[in-house]
Amino acid sequence: MSITILKPGLLTTIQDNGRWGFQHLGINPGGAMDILALQTANTLLLNNKEEAVIEFYFPAPIIQFNHAAFIALSGADFDASINGTKLPINQPIYVPENSTLQFNNKINGQVGYLAIQGGLELIEWMNSYSTHLKAAAGGFEGRALKAGDEIQLAVQAPKSSSSKDCSILPWKADTHAFYNHASCWFIPGNEFHLLTDEGKQLFTEAGFSITSQSDRMGYQLNGPSLQLIEPKVMISSAVARGTIQLLPNGQCIILMADHQTTGGYPRIGHIIGAHLAALAQKSIGQVLHFKPTDMATAENLLLMQAQHLHQLKNACNLQLDVYHRH
Amino acid sequence: MQKLNYSIYPIGDSALTIEFGNTIREETNDAVMQLFHQLKKNQVAYIIDIIPAYSSISVIYNTVAIKKSNPNILAFDWMQQQIVKEMELSHVNELNRRQITIPVCYDITLGPDLNEVADYATLSIEEVIALHTAKLYKVYMIGFLPGFPYMATVDEKIQLPRKSQPRTKVPAGSVGIAGAQTGIYPLASPGGWQLIGQTPLKIFDVTLEMPCLLQPGDEVRFESISLEAFHQINKQQQ
Repeated sequence: MSITILKPGLLTTIQDNGRWGFQHLGINPGGAMDILALQTANTLLLNNKEEAVIEFYFPAPIIQFNHAAFIALSGADFDASINGTKLPINQPIYVPENSTLQFNNKINGQVGYLAIQGGLELIEWMNSYSTHLKAAAGGFEGRALKAGDEIQLAVQAPKSSSSKDCSILPWKADTHAFYNHASCWFIPGNEFHLLTDEGKQLFTEAGFSITSQSDRMGYQLNGPSLQLIEPKVMISSAVARGTIQLLPNGQCIILMADHQTTGGYPRIGHIIGAHLAALAQKSIGQVLHFKPTDMATAENLLLMQAQHLHQLKNACNLQLDVYHRH
Repeated sequence: MQKLNYSIYPIGDSALTIEFGNTIREETNDAVMQLFHQLKKNQVAYIIDIIPAYSSISVIYNTVAIKKSNPNILAFDWMQQQIVKEMELSHVNELNRRQITIPVCYDITLGPDLNEVADYATLSIEEVIALHTAKLYKVYMIGFLPGFPYMATVDEKIQLPRKSQPRTKVPAGSVGIAGAQTGIYPLASPGGWQLIGQTPLKIFDVTLEMPCLLQPGDEVRFESISLEAFHQINKQQQ
Protein backbone atom coordinates (compact mmCIF):
# COMPACT_ATOMS: atom_id res chain seq x y z
CA MET A 1 0.00 0.00 0.00
CA SER A 2 1.77 3.08 -1.15
CA ILE A 3 1.88 6.22 -3.23
CA THR A 4 4.80 7.33 -5.39
CA ILE A 5 5.85 10.90 -6.05
CA LEU A 6 6.26 11.23 -9.83
CA LYS A 7 7.05 14.97 -9.79
CA PRO A 8 7.89 16.73 -6.54
CA GLY A 9 6.41 20.20 -7.15
CA LEU A 10 7.84 23.42 -5.71
CA LEU A 11 7.90 22.45 -2.01
CA THR A 12 6.07 19.32 -0.97
CA THR A 13 6.44 18.17 2.62
CA ILE A 14 4.78 15.99 5.22
CA GLN A 15 3.10 18.11 7.90
CA ASP A 16 0.85 17.63 10.88
CA ASN A 17 -0.29 19.80 13.76
CA GLY A 18 3.31 20.57 14.70
CA ARG A 19 5.96 19.52 17.16
CA TRP A 20 4.93 20.86 20.55
CA GLY A 21 6.75 20.75 23.85
CA PHE A 22 10.34 21.36 22.72
CA GLN A 23 10.57 25.11 22.22
CA HIS A 24 12.72 25.43 25.35
CA LEU A 25 15.35 23.58 23.27
CA GLY A 26 14.94 25.94 20.34
CA ILE A 27 13.02 23.30 18.39
CA ASN A 28 10.20 25.19 16.73
CA PRO A 29 6.78 23.58 16.31
CA GLY A 30 6.48 23.97 12.53
CA GLY A 31 3.48 22.01 11.24
CA ALA A 32 1.00 22.76 8.48
CA MET A 33 0.84 26.38 7.33
CA ASP A 34 -2.96 26.11 7.21
CA ILE A 35 -3.96 24.10 10.26
CA LEU A 36 -7.67 24.49 9.47
CA ALA A 37 -7.18 22.89 6.04
CA LEU A 38 -5.17 20.06 7.60
CA GLN A 39 -7.97 19.43 10.07
CA THR A 40 -10.72 19.76 7.47
CA ALA A 41 -9.13 17.28 5.07
CA ASN A 42 -8.60 14.76 7.87
CA THR A 43 -12.07 15.25 9.33
CA LEU A 44 -13.71 14.56 5.95
CA LEU A 45 -12.05 11.13 6.05
CA LEU A 46 -12.75 10.63 9.76
CA ASN A 47 -9.02 10.54 10.42
CA ASN A 48 -7.63 11.96 13.63
CA LYS A 49 -7.87 15.64 12.73
CA GLU A 50 -4.15 16.12 13.29
CA GLU A 51 -3.02 13.12 11.18
CA ALA A 52 0.02 13.74 8.95
CA VAL A 53 -0.82 14.94 5.44
CA ILE A 54 1.05 16.08 2.33
CA GLU A 55 1.42 19.86 2.03
CA PHE A 56 2.22 21.40 -1.36
CA TYR A 57 2.59 24.67 -3.22
CA PHE A 58 2.13 25.40 -6.92
CA PRO A 59 3.62 23.95 -9.11
CA ALA A 60 2.17 21.02 -7.17
CA PRO A 61 3.34 17.39 -7.16
CA ILE A 62 2.13 14.59 -9.41
CA ILE A 63 1.32 11.56 -7.29
CA GLN A 64 0.75 7.99 -8.32
CA PHE A 65 -1.61 5.87 -6.20
CA ASN A 66 -0.27 2.33 -6.33
CA HIS A 67 -3.26 1.17 -4.32
CA ALA A 68 -6.83 2.30 -3.84
CA ALA A 69 -7.39 5.00 -1.22
CA PHE A 70 -9.90 7.46 0.12
CA ILE A 71 -8.46 10.97 -0.02
CA ALA A 72 -9.48 14.57 0.61
CA LEU A 73 -7.96 17.80 -0.67
CA SER A 74 -8.22 21.05 1.23
CA GLY A 75 -6.69 24.51 1.44
CA ALA A 76 -5.71 25.81 -1.98
CA ASP A 77 -7.65 24.80 -5.10
CA PHE A 78 -5.07 23.84 -7.72
CA ASP A 79 -7.54 22.31 -10.17
CA ALA A 80 -6.84 18.68 -9.28
CA SER A 81 -7.69 15.80 -11.56
CA ILE A 82 -7.29 12.04 -11.82
CA ASN A 83 -7.37 10.50 -15.28
CA GLY A 84 -9.26 13.50 -16.62
CA THR A 85 -11.86 13.66 -13.83
CA LYS A 86 -11.83 17.04 -12.13
CA LEU A 87 -11.69 16.86 -8.34
CA PRO A 88 -13.15 19.33 -5.86
CA ILE A 89 -11.48 20.41 -2.65
CA ASN A 90 -13.16 19.75 0.70
CA GLN A 91 -14.90 16.58 -0.43
CA PRO A 92 -13.83 12.95 0.07
CA ILE A 93 -12.76 11.09 -3.05
CA TYR A 94 -12.34 7.39 -3.78
CA VAL A 95 -9.15 6.81 -5.78
CA PRO A 96 -8.76 3.43 -7.52
CA GLU A 97 -5.36 1.76 -7.72
CA ASN A 98 -2.89 2.88 -10.38
CA SER A 99 -4.34 6.39 -10.64
CA THR A 100 -2.37 9.55 -11.08
CA LEU A 101 -3.30 12.69 -9.16
CA GLN A 102 -2.21 15.93 -10.74
CA PHE A 103 -2.85 19.63 -10.29
CA ASN A 104 -3.38 21.73 -13.38
CA ASN A 105 -3.85 25.39 -12.42
CA LYS A 106 -3.55 27.69 -9.48
CA ILE A 107 -7.19 28.67 -9.09
CA ASN A 108 -7.41 29.84 -5.52
CA GLY A 109 -5.16 29.90 -2.46
CA GLN A 110 -1.47 29.30 -1.88
CA VAL A 111 -0.94 26.00 -0.09
CA GLY A 112 -2.79 22.72 -0.61
CA TYR A 113 -3.25 19.56 1.46
CA LEU A 114 -3.74 15.93 0.57
CA ALA A 115 -5.03 13.72 3.37
CA ILE A 116 -5.34 9.96 2.96
CA GLN A 117 -7.72 7.87 5.02
CA GLY A 118 -5.85 5.93 7.69
CA GLY A 119 -2.80 8.18 7.36
CA LEU A 120 0.78 7.69 6.24
CA GLU A 121 3.28 5.14 7.57
CA LEU A 122 6.16 7.30 8.77
CA ILE A 123 8.48 7.55 11.75
CA GLU A 124 7.81 10.27 14.27
CA TRP A 125 10.56 12.64 15.33
CA MET A 126 10.00 14.22 18.73
CA ASN A 127 6.28 13.41 18.81
CA SER A 128 5.48 14.79 15.36
CA TYR A 129 5.50 13.81 11.70
CA SER A 130 6.09 17.39 10.56
CA THR A 131 9.11 17.90 8.34
CA HIS A 132 11.72 20.07 10.07
CA LEU A 133 13.75 21.18 7.07
CA LYS A 134 16.47 23.00 9.06
CA ALA A 135 17.13 20.07 11.38
CA ALA A 136 16.66 17.64 8.46
CA ALA A 137 14.36 15.57 10.63
CA GLY A 138 10.76 14.40 10.77
CA GLY A 139 8.41 13.85 7.84
CA PHE A 140 9.91 11.79 5.04
CA GLU A 141 13.66 11.50 5.66
CA GLY A 142 13.65 15.05 7.06
CA ARG A 143 13.34 16.65 3.64
CA ALA A 144 10.98 17.86 0.95
CA LEU A 145 9.63 15.06 -1.22
CA LYS A 146 11.31 14.29 -4.52
CA ALA A 147 10.57 12.22 -7.58
CA GLY A 148 10.65 8.51 -6.89
CA ASP A 149 9.82 8.74 -3.18
CA GLU A 150 7.42 6.00 -2.17
CA ILE A 151 5.32 6.65 0.91
CA GLN A 152 3.60 3.75 2.60
CA LEU A 153 -0.06 4.06 3.51
CA ALA A 154 -1.42 2.76 6.78
CA VAL A 155 -4.55 1.22 5.26
CA GLN A 156 -5.77 0.17 1.84
CA ALA A 157 -9.24 1.12 0.65
CA PRO A 158 -11.36 -1.73 -0.71
CA LYS A 159 -11.14 -2.26 -4.46
CA SER A 160 -14.19 -0.87 -6.15
CA SER A 161 -16.09 -3.52 -8.12
CA SER A 162 -18.30 -1.02 -9.88
CA SER A 163 -15.81 1.35 -11.44
CA LYS A 164 -12.21 1.88 -12.41
CA ASP A 165 -12.77 5.63 -12.17
CA CYS A 166 -12.44 7.72 -9.10
CA SER A 167 -15.64 8.77 -7.42
CA ILE A 168 -16.44 11.88 -5.50
CA LEU A 169 -18.36 11.12 -2.34
CA PRO A 170 -21.50 13.12 -1.71
CA TRP A 171 -20.54 15.12 1.38
CA LYS A 172 -18.43 18.22 1.75
CA ALA A 173 -17.01 20.76 4.13
CA ASP A 174 -17.87 24.43 3.79
CA THR A 175 -14.98 26.45 5.16
CA HIS A 176 -15.72 29.51 3.06
CA ALA A 177 -16.47 31.75 6.02
CA PHE A 178 -13.01 31.19 7.51
CA TYR A 179 -11.12 32.38 4.44
CA ASN A 180 -12.95 35.51 3.41
CA HIS A 181 -12.18 38.35 5.79
CA ALA A 182 -11.58 41.78 4.35
CA SER A 183 -8.79 42.29 6.88
CA CYS A 184 -6.45 40.40 9.21
CA TRP A 185 -7.46 41.00 12.81
CA PHE A 186 -4.77 41.37 15.40
CA ILE A 187 -4.32 41.73 19.13
CA PRO A 188 -1.99 44.67 19.78
CA GLY A 189 1.46 43.51 20.81
CA ASN A 190 3.42 44.57 23.87
CA GLU A 191 5.31 47.22 21.87
CA PHE A 192 2.33 48.55 19.85
CA HIS A 193 2.12 51.58 22.13
CA LEU A 194 5.73 52.46 21.23
CA LEU A 195 4.71 53.28 17.64
CA THR A 196 4.36 56.96 16.84
CA ASP A 197 0.75 58.14 16.41
CA GLU A 198 1.40 58.22 12.69
CA GLY A 199 2.79 54.67 12.84
CA LYS A 200 -0.30 53.39 14.66
CA GLN A 201 -2.56 55.03 12.12
CA LEU A 202 -0.59 53.75 9.14
CA PHE A 203 -0.54 50.23 10.52
CA THR A 204 -4.32 50.03 10.74
CA GLU A 205 -5.17 52.07 7.65
CA ALA A 206 -2.52 51.39 5.01
CA GLY A 207 -2.07 48.24 2.93
CA PHE A 208 0.93 45.93 3.32
CA SER A 209 1.87 43.65 0.46
CA ILE A 210 3.49 40.23 0.84
CA THR A 211 6.94 40.34 -0.74
CA SER A 212 8.81 37.56 -2.51
CA GLN A 213 11.03 37.24 0.61
CA SER A 214 8.25 35.18 2.17
CA ASP A 215 8.23 31.50 2.97
CA ARG A 216 7.11 29.00 5.59
CA MET A 217 9.13 30.94 8.19
CA GLY A 218 7.41 34.24 7.70
CA TYR A 219 5.91 36.88 5.45
CA GLN A 220 8.08 39.94 4.84
CA LEU A 221 5.75 42.83 4.16
CA ASN A 222 6.19 45.94 2.10
CA GLY A 223 4.28 48.99 3.27
CA PRO A 224 4.78 52.47 4.66
CA SER A 225 7.73 52.61 7.05
CA LEU A 226 6.59 52.53 10.70
CA GLN A 227 8.53 54.42 13.34
CA LEU A 228 8.88 54.01 17.09
CA ILE A 229 8.71 56.99 19.44
CA GLU A 230 12.25 56.10 20.45
CA PRO A 231 14.53 53.17 19.60
CA LYS A 232 13.91 50.16 21.83
CA VAL A 233 16.63 47.66 22.67
CA MET A 234 14.96 44.38 23.45
CA ILE A 235 16.27 41.19 25.01
CA SER A 236 15.21 38.08 23.09
CA SER A 237 12.03 36.38 24.20
CA ALA A 238 9.54 33.90 22.77
CA VAL A 239 7.57 34.67 19.64
CA ALA A 240 4.56 32.84 18.24
CA ARG A 241 2.93 32.07 14.94
CA GLY A 242 1.14 35.21 13.82
CA THR A 243 3.45 37.60 15.68
CA ILE A 244 4.03 40.80 13.68
CA GLN A 245 7.54 42.12 14.31
CA LEU A 246 8.84 45.55 13.35
CA LEU A 247 12.26 45.31 11.71
CA PRO A 248 14.88 48.08 12.11
CA ASN A 249 14.11 49.32 8.57
CA GLY A 250 10.51 50.14 9.53
CA GLN A 251 9.01 47.18 7.68
CA CYS A 252 7.05 44.33 9.24
CA ILE A 253 7.34 40.57 9.19
CA ILE A 254 4.58 38.13 10.18
CA LEU A 255 5.91 34.91 11.67
CA MET A 256 4.43 31.76 10.13
CA ALA A 257 4.71 27.99 10.72
CA ASP A 258 8.51 27.59 10.65
CA HIS A 259 9.27 30.71 12.74
CA GLN A 260 12.16 30.70 15.21
CA THR A 261 11.26 30.15 18.83
CA THR A 262 12.63 33.49 20.04
CA GLY A 263 13.15 36.97 18.67
CA GLY A 264 14.18 40.43 19.76
CA TYR A 265 12.23 42.83 17.52
CA PRO A 266 9.35 44.99 18.75
CA ARG A 267 6.02 43.18 18.52
CA ILE A 268 3.41 45.36 16.87
CA GLY A 269 0.67 42.77 17.11
CA HIS A 270 -0.39 39.16 16.84
CA ILE A 271 -2.73 37.91 14.11
CA ILE A 272 -5.61 36.13 15.82
CA GLY A 273 -5.59 32.32 15.57
CA ALA A 274 -8.87 32.20 13.66
CA HIS A 275 -7.37 34.30 10.86
CA LEU A 276 -4.13 32.33 10.43
CA ALA A 277 -5.67 29.88 7.94
CA ALA A 278 -6.71 32.67 5.62
CA LEU A 279 -3.29 34.27 6.01
CA ALA A 280 -1.58 31.00 5.03
CA GLN A 281 -3.54 31.06 1.77
CA LYS A 282 -2.32 34.53 0.70
CA SER A 283 0.09 34.74 -2.21
CA ILE A 284 3.08 36.96 -2.88
CA GLY A 285 1.91 40.40 -3.99
CA GLN A 286 -1.41 40.26 -2.15
CA VAL A 287 -2.14 43.25 0.07
CA LEU A 288 -3.04 42.80 3.74
CA HIS A 289 -5.03 45.19 5.93
CA PHE A 290 -4.80 45.00 9.70
CA LYS A 291 -7.61 45.64 12.13
CA PRO A 292 -7.26 45.57 15.92
CA THR A 293 -9.55 43.39 17.98
CA ASP A 294 -9.77 42.19 21.58
CA MET A 295 -8.99 38.92 23.30
CA ALA A 296 -12.64 37.94 23.87
CA THR A 297 -13.39 38.21 20.14
CA ALA A 298 -10.22 36.34 19.18
CA GLU A 299 -10.91 33.48 21.58
CA ASN A 300 -14.56 33.18 20.55
CA LEU A 301 -13.67 33.00 16.85
CA LEU A 302 -11.16 30.26 17.60
CA LEU A 303 -13.79 28.34 19.55
CA MET A 304 -16.29 28.74 16.69
CA GLN A 305 -13.77 27.27 14.27
CA ALA A 306 -13.28 24.27 16.54
CA GLN A 307 -17.05 23.83 16.87
CA HIS A 308 -17.41 24.00 13.10
CA LEU A 309 -14.90 21.16 12.74
CA HIS A 310 -16.72 19.18 15.38
CA GLN A 311 -20.02 19.56 13.51
CA LEU A 312 -18.28 18.54 10.31
CA LYS A 313 -17.05 15.39 12.03
CA ASN A 314 -20.56 14.50 13.20
CA ALA A 315 -21.96 15.11 9.74
CA CYS A 316 -19.25 12.97 8.14
CA ASN A 317 -19.92 10.16 10.59
CA LEU A 318 -23.55 10.18 9.62
CA GLN A 319 -22.82 10.32 5.90
CA LEU A 320 -20.32 7.49 6.10
CA ASP A 321 -22.94 5.36 7.83
CA VAL A 322 -25.41 5.99 5.04
CA TYR A 323 -22.72 5.41 2.41
CA HIS A 324 -21.74 2.05 3.81
CA ARG A 325 -25.33 0.88 4.00
CA HIS A 326 -25.75 1.35 0.25
CA MET B 1 15.03 33.83 46.90
CA GLN B 2 13.59 37.28 46.69
CA LYS B 3 10.45 37.86 44.65
CA LEU B 4 10.89 39.86 41.48
CA ASN B 5 8.32 42.16 39.97
CA TYR B 6 6.75 40.87 36.81
CA SER B 7 4.18 41.68 34.18
CA ILE B 8 2.02 39.27 32.17
CA TYR B 9 0.91 40.06 28.64
CA PRO B 10 -0.52 38.10 25.69
CA ILE B 11 1.56 37.19 22.64
CA GLY B 12 -1.49 36.16 20.62
CA ASP B 13 -4.72 34.40 21.60
CA SER B 14 -2.98 31.15 22.55
CA ALA B 15 0.17 32.33 24.32
CA LEU B 16 1.29 34.66 27.07
CA THR B 17 4.57 35.98 28.43
CA ILE B 18 5.58 36.56 32.04
CA GLU B 19 8.30 39.19 31.99
CA PHE B 20 10.66 39.87 34.89
CA GLY B 21 12.30 42.88 33.25
CA ASN B 22 14.26 43.49 30.07
CA THR B 23 17.79 42.58 31.19
CA ILE B 24 20.48 39.90 31.11
CA ARG B 25 20.94 39.23 34.81
CA GLU B 26 21.60 35.97 36.58
CA GLU B 27 19.10 36.65 39.35
CA THR B 28 16.35 37.39 36.83
CA ASN B 29 17.11 34.30 34.78
CA ASP B 30 17.10 32.20 37.98
CA ALA B 31 13.52 33.32 38.56
CA VAL B 32 12.70 32.33 34.97
CA MET B 33 14.25 28.89 35.42
CA GLN B 34 12.49 28.39 38.77
CA LEU B 35 9.15 28.99 37.12
CA PHE B 36 10.09 26.85 34.12
CA HIS B 37 10.82 23.83 36.32
CA GLN B 38 7.76 24.51 38.43
CA LEU B 39 5.44 24.54 35.41
CA LYS B 40 7.10 21.41 33.97
CA LYS B 41 6.88 19.55 37.25
CA ASN B 42 3.30 20.43 38.06
CA GLN B 43 2.09 19.91 34.49
CA VAL B 44 -0.41 22.75 34.49
CA ALA B 45 -3.38 21.72 32.36
CA TYR B 46 -3.67 22.92 28.74
CA ILE B 47 -0.07 24.15 28.47
CA ILE B 48 1.51 22.75 25.31
CA ASP B 49 4.87 24.54 25.29
CA ILE B 50 6.98 26.55 27.73
CA ILE B 51 9.75 28.83 26.48
CA PRO B 52 12.17 30.30 29.03
CA ALA B 53 14.20 33.26 27.78
CA TYR B 54 16.70 35.71 29.34
CA SER B 55 14.25 37.56 31.52
CA SER B 56 10.87 36.16 30.53
CA ILE B 57 9.02 32.92 30.20
CA SER B 58 6.29 32.25 27.66
CA VAL B 59 3.57 29.65 27.72
CA ILE B 60 1.63 28.34 24.72
CA TYR B 61 -1.78 26.96 25.66
CA ASN B 62 -4.79 25.26 24.12
CA THR B 63 -7.33 28.08 24.07
CA VAL B 64 -10.20 25.96 22.76
CA ALA B 65 -9.81 23.33 25.49
CA ILE B 66 -9.70 25.98 28.22
CA LYS B 67 -12.78 27.71 26.87
CA LYS B 68 -14.71 24.47 26.64
CA SER B 69 -14.20 23.73 30.33
CA ASN B 70 -14.31 27.37 31.51
CA PRO B 71 -16.85 29.09 29.29
CA ASN B 72 -17.34 32.16 31.45
CA ILE B 73 -13.80 33.42 31.59
CA LEU B 74 -11.19 34.41 29.02
CA ALA B 75 -8.73 31.57 28.41
CA PHE B 76 -6.02 34.22 28.79
CA ASP B 77 -7.30 35.21 32.25
CA TRP B 78 -7.71 31.59 33.29
CA MET B 79 -4.14 30.74 32.27
CA GLN B 80 -2.82 33.88 33.92
CA GLN B 81 -4.45 32.83 37.20
CA GLN B 82 -2.86 29.35 37.02
CA ILE B 83 0.57 30.88 36.40
CA VAL B 84 0.25 33.34 39.28
CA LYS B 85 -0.75 30.44 41.56
CA GLU B 86 2.34 28.51 40.47
CA MET B 87 4.56 31.54 40.97
CA GLU B 88 3.52 31.77 44.57
CA LEU B 89 5.00 28.30 45.04
CA SER B 90 7.98 28.63 42.77
CA HIS B 91 10.64 29.69 45.29
CA VAL B 92 10.89 26.21 46.80
CA ASN B 93 12.73 24.48 43.93
CA GLU B 94 16.44 23.80 44.02
CA LEU B 95 17.97 24.59 40.66
CA ASN B 96 19.98 21.65 39.47
CA ARG B 97 22.93 22.90 37.44
CA ARG B 98 24.90 20.70 35.09
CA GLN B 99 28.47 21.79 34.35
CA ILE B 100 29.69 20.96 30.89
CA THR B 101 33.13 21.52 29.40
CA ILE B 102 33.19 22.19 25.69
CA PRO B 103 36.46 21.85 23.75
CA VAL B 104 37.01 24.70 21.29
CA CYS B 105 39.75 25.13 18.73
CA TYR B 106 40.55 28.85 18.60
CA ASP B 107 42.43 28.65 15.32
CA ILE B 108 42.16 31.51 12.86
CA THR B 109 40.91 29.09 10.17
CA LEU B 110 37.95 28.14 12.41
CA GLY B 111 37.48 31.51 14.11
CA PRO B 112 37.68 34.01 11.25
CA ASP B 113 36.86 37.01 13.49
CA LEU B 114 39.62 36.35 16.06
CA ASN B 115 41.76 39.19 14.69
CA GLU B 116 38.84 41.60 14.73
CA VAL B 117 38.04 40.76 18.36
CA ALA B 118 41.73 41.09 19.32
CA ASP B 119 41.96 44.50 17.56
CA TYR B 120 38.76 45.68 19.25
CA ALA B 121 40.14 44.71 22.65
CA THR B 122 43.73 45.78 21.82
CA LEU B 123 44.84 42.37 23.03
CA SER B 124 46.72 39.47 21.47
CA ILE B 125 44.75 36.49 20.18
CA GLU B 126 46.19 34.43 23.05
CA GLU B 127 44.79 36.95 25.52
CA VAL B 128 41.37 36.85 23.85
CA ILE B 129 41.38 33.04 24.15
CA ALA B 130 42.46 33.30 27.80
CA LEU B 131 39.57 35.68 28.54
CA HIS B 132 37.01 33.53 26.72
CA THR B 133 38.07 30.31 28.45
CA ALA B 134 38.45 31.87 31.91
CA LYS B 135 34.76 32.25 32.65
CA LEU B 136 31.99 29.88 33.59
CA TYR B 137 29.02 30.79 31.39
CA LYS B 138 25.40 30.18 32.10
CA VAL B 139 23.02 28.99 29.38
CA TYR B 140 20.37 31.68 29.82
CA MET B 141 18.18 30.35 27.04
CA ILE B 142 18.07 28.22 23.90
CA GLY B 143 16.64 29.82 20.79
CA PHE B 144 17.18 30.96 17.21
CA LEU B 145 18.05 27.42 16.00
CA PRO B 146 17.42 23.97 17.53
CA GLY B 147 19.90 23.75 20.41
CA PHE B 148 21.51 27.21 20.00
CA PRO B 149 22.65 28.23 23.53
CA TYR B 150 22.61 31.90 24.49
CA MET B 151 25.33 32.14 27.15
CA ALA B 152 26.60 35.02 29.25
CA THR B 153 28.46 36.93 30.46
CA VAL B 154 31.44 37.51 28.20
CA ASP B 155 34.36 39.54 29.65
CA GLU B 156 33.73 43.23 29.00
CA LYS B 157 36.98 43.63 27.06
CA ILE B 158 35.86 41.29 24.28
CA GLN B 159 32.16 42.27 24.07
CA LEU B 160 32.24 42.98 20.35
CA PRO B 161 28.80 43.67 18.85
CA ARG B 162 27.32 41.51 16.06
CA LYS B 163 28.63 41.92 12.53
CA SER B 164 26.80 44.62 10.59
CA GLN B 165 26.59 42.25 7.63
CA PRO B 166 25.72 38.68 8.71
CA ARG B 167 27.48 35.78 7.00
CA THR B 168 25.28 33.73 4.69
CA LYS B 169 26.77 30.50 6.05
CA VAL B 170 28.30 29.80 9.43
CA PRO B 171 29.54 26.19 9.90
CA ALA B 172 28.00 24.00 12.59
CA GLY B 173 29.99 24.11 15.84
CA SER B 174 31.16 27.70 15.35
CA VAL B 175 31.60 29.60 18.61
CA GLY B 176 30.73 33.28 18.50
CA ILE B 177 30.40 36.47 20.48
CA ALA B 178 27.60 39.03 20.27
CA GLY B 179 28.03 41.76 22.87
CA ALA B 180 27.84 40.22 26.33
CA GLN B 181 26.68 36.89 24.91
CA THR B 182 28.55 33.88 23.60
CA GLY B 183 26.94 31.07 21.63
CA ILE B 184 27.52 27.98 19.50
CA TYR B 185 25.88 27.35 16.11
CA PRO B 186 24.36 23.83 16.33
CA LEU B 187 23.68 23.71 12.58
CA ALA B 188 25.16 25.42 9.56
CA SER B 189 23.17 28.60 9.21
CA PRO B 190 23.32 32.25 8.24
CA GLY B 191 24.56 34.25 11.24
CA GLY B 192 25.95 37.54 12.46
CA TRP B 193 27.95 36.62 15.57
CA GLN B 194 31.72 37.26 15.71
CA LEU B 195 33.30 33.84 15.19
CA ILE B 196 36.30 33.05 17.38
CA GLY B 197 36.54 29.26 17.20
CA GLN B 198 34.80 25.98 16.61
CA THR B 199 33.92 22.97 18.75
CA PRO B 200 34.20 19.46 17.31
CA LEU B 201 31.28 18.34 19.51
CA LYS B 202 27.83 17.92 18.05
CA ILE B 203 25.72 20.57 19.74
CA PHE B 204 22.65 19.22 17.94
CA ASP B 205 22.45 15.55 16.95
CA VAL B 206 19.20 14.52 15.37
CA THR B 207 19.96 10.82 15.89
CA LEU B 208 19.85 11.12 19.68
CA GLU B 209 16.71 10.90 21.76
CA MET B 210 17.77 14.20 23.36
CA PRO B 211 19.24 15.93 20.31
CA CYS B 212 20.48 19.04 22.13
CA LEU B 213 23.75 18.87 24.08
CA LEU B 214 22.84 21.90 26.19
CA GLN B 215 19.73 22.89 28.06
CA PRO B 216 18.65 26.15 29.62
CA GLY B 217 20.22 26.54 33.07
CA ASP B 218 23.39 24.55 32.23
CA GLU B 219 26.83 26.00 33.02
CA VAL B 220 29.50 25.86 30.35
CA ARG B 221 33.26 26.21 30.39
CA PHE B 222 35.28 26.36 27.18
CA GLU B 223 38.58 24.53 26.93
CA SER B 224 41.10 25.51 24.27
CA ILE B 225 42.27 22.61 22.10
CA SER B 226 44.76 22.34 19.23
CA LEU B 227 43.79 22.02 15.58
CA GLU B 228 45.11 18.46 15.74
CA ALA B 229 42.87 17.57 18.68
CA PHE B 230 39.95 19.26 16.91
CA HIS B 231 40.33 17.02 13.86
CA GLN B 232 40.83 13.96 16.02
CA ILE B 233 37.63 14.50 18.02
CA ASN B 234 35.84 15.38 14.81
CA LYS B 235 36.86 12.05 13.33
CA GLN B 236 35.70 10.14 16.42
CA GLN B 237 32.30 11.81 16.09
CA GLN B 238 31.71 10.52 12.57
